[in-house]
Amino acid sequence: MTATLVKEQAGPRAAGAAPVRRRRRRARLAALLFVFPALLLLGALVVYPVLFSVGRSFFDASGTRFVGGDNYTEMFRDPATLKAIRNTTVWVVVAPALLTGLGLILAVLVEKVRWATAFKLLLFMPMAVSFLAAGIIFRLAYDEDPDKGVLNAAVVSVHDAFKGTSTYPTARGRTGLLTQERDGSYRTTAAAGGTVTLPMVGVLPGDLPRGAAPAAAGTKAAPGELRGVVYLDFTPGGGGKQGEVDPEESGLPGMRVQAQHDGKTVASTTTAADGSFRFSGLGTGSYTVRLPASNFAPPYQGVSWLGPALVTPAIIGAYLWIWTGFAMVLIGAGLATLPRETLEAARMDGANEWQIFRRITVPLLAPVLTVVFVTLVINVMKVFDLVYIIAPGPVQEDATVLATQMWLVSFGGGNNQGLGSALGVLLLLLVVPAMVFNVRRFRRSQR
Amino acid sequence: MNAIRRGLGNGLVQAFLVVIGLVWLTPLAGLFLSSLRSAQDSAKGGWWTALAGPGQLSFDNYSALLKNAGMTQAFWNTVLISVPATTLVVVIAALAGYAFAWLDFPLREPLFLLVVALLVVPVQIGLLPVAKLFGQLGLFGTIPGVVLFHVAYGLPFAVFLLRNYFAEIPKEMLEAARMDGGSEWRIFTRLVLPVGRPAIASLAIFQFLWVWNDMLVALLFADSSSQPLTVQLQSQIRQFGSNIDVLAPGAFLSLIVPVAVFFAFQRHFVQGVMAGSVK
Repeated sequence: MTATLVKEQAGPRAAGAAPVRRRRRRARLAALLFVFPALLLLGALVVYPVLFSVGRSFFDASGTRFVGGDNYTEMFRDPATLKAIRNTTVWVVVAPALLTGLGLILAVLVEKVRWATAFKLLLFMPMAVSFLAAGIIFRLAYDEDPDKGVLNAAVVSVHDAFKGTSTYPTARGRTGLLTQERDGSYRTTAAAGGTVTLPMVGVLPGDLPRGAAPAAAGTKAAPGELRGVVYLDFTPGGGGKQGEVDPEESGLPGMRVQAQHDGKTVASTTTAADGSFRFSGLGTGSYTVRLPASNFAPPYQGVSWLGPALVTPAIIGAYLWIWTGFAMVLIGAGLATLPRETLEAARMDGANEWQIFRRITVPLLAPVLTVVFVTLVINVMKVFDLVYIIAPGPVQEDATVLATQMWLVSFGGGNNQGLGSALGVLLLLLVVPAMVFNVRRFRRSQR
Repeated sequence: MNAIRRGLGNGLVQAFLVVIGLVWLTPLAGLFLSSLRSAQDSAKGGWWTALAGPGQLSFDNYSALLKNAGMTQAFWNTVLISVPATTLVVVIAALAGYAFAWLDFPLREPLFLLVVALLVVPVQIGLLPVAKLFGQLGLFGTIPGVVLFHVAYGLPFAVFLLRNYFAEIPKEMLEAARMDGGSEWRIFTRLVLPVGRPAIASLAIFQFLWVWNDMLVALLFADSSSQPLTVQLQSQIRQFGSNIDVLAPGAFLSLIVPVAVFFAFQRHFVQGVMAGSVK
């Protein structure tokens, strides 16, 4: 250490210009050695491939014949690539805007609670999860069977809570004894003060609701009352008469029953455990007793998330799960730099929270929002893994985007590397504006 | 009155955020609970049924996974790809970042603008040409091939980040070191690296997660003996329904490492992501 120190200090003072030049040359050599590994790798594995792909995109599938712009016109003619271009457009239009909006709202709201840090951590965490794992997570969540996919389980239970469940999807009225209406309801007629039996078939004994009791037969109705029983007209083990309530036969509980007079519903009720029901306070005359079709509707099965129609929105949903935290944290960091005095002054002047948000926060945040938005656009254009993992095999072609299509065409059976290269070049062209934006921003920051 | 309204508003905000938090947590909880259930239970009903009957939960799937030679191999491959790819990017980018910030060499400015331009180049465009190149070099289908590709495509961001950070080092500090006669190498290792530690940490974490989570690159460049966890799991996704007892614990295993890294180094990670925006 001391030896080199002395030598270097002695150098310039002792001699003239020649050693200075030599030293400068040595410094340049050292600098080149410092950058060489990076430049070598960037040149060989990034710059050269870009040039190669551009060149390759003008040749045919086998790479032997020059075809000019054919691959590029093919791209806009081939239905599969056209679909990919369309889907990528949907992604770019929808996802970044949704994410930026959601991130902004959450960033503003989270400042108002004490557990902001925990919330930010939770929402940011998916950024650390691979697209593959996220894909598996959402394949599970989007499962179409409401007994397996949590999303459909939620949708079905909300639906059933509002619309009610149908208890007997397979039941039919005994032909000849009940009249079927066009919408699937069954009806019969009865007079007030009388009783009526509604025999049903087509329910397997194992499918009977728990708590179903033997059908109640032969109760008398008071005047102004209409009584009846809805029962399964089937005696286990045989025997029993059609259209009559036999001792072994079960009532059908939970069946909705309506009483109609002159085509208007005047009363409705639900059958008890033994299948019996009772309408009271009726006038005299003849009534229609009706079992509405909702009793027999097939059960609601939820939404086909990963079907051809909804697969792209569904995958965008998974993407939101991953990236919302990113948008929120970045925008939150921008919020922290806003001048407090401006906000306080606005509050003093009596502006409400919405006005402050709309007139002050958002305009001041515009640069941050732009950066978040642009980052998301770039990333959304390149989305690959999520689509590849979440879309089930038969739906792949409905969900395909540029990156997956490029993969399929080049390596996944398509084996058309000319068209594949053209798709790669298209992806590159799409990010050129971002490239220019970055370079400009950097040069400005250097002045 | 106003205070009441504000309190009510705040209550609504809290409720809304709690709902959002639950929505974010549910898919992950679903994966975890699914990973603890047998294939038969999963075929019968959703993971939430396990909340009522915790008896069906067990770590059997995980022990089966650890006995599965393909899975353990893939796990180690993931480590063998991520660690060198991270180390190399950090070393190479730190060298270049220092040179771009403080050393003089021909074409320094245009070359750095090129690096900035390369920030957004999509990985996809490199797949085919590099596959051909690696085929000629005998790197195709090997771990070093996957590593090199990741290093190359991680470099623009890495060089950009470190050069900008190093450029903030006070000039006097470096000049003082030069006056003391330190060689560039010495200045680099003794001064620049220690001062640049926060940026290097952010970069390392960011790059590690990026490589660990990658599927696309390895899907092309790794063969069956060098494939990482993501590719191994992806190959079983076709029979999604019948493979949940493998896929769910596998996915959980593959995400627990980056999530642990994330929680351990959250600040660095967030900074890295923020610096990397517009990548």
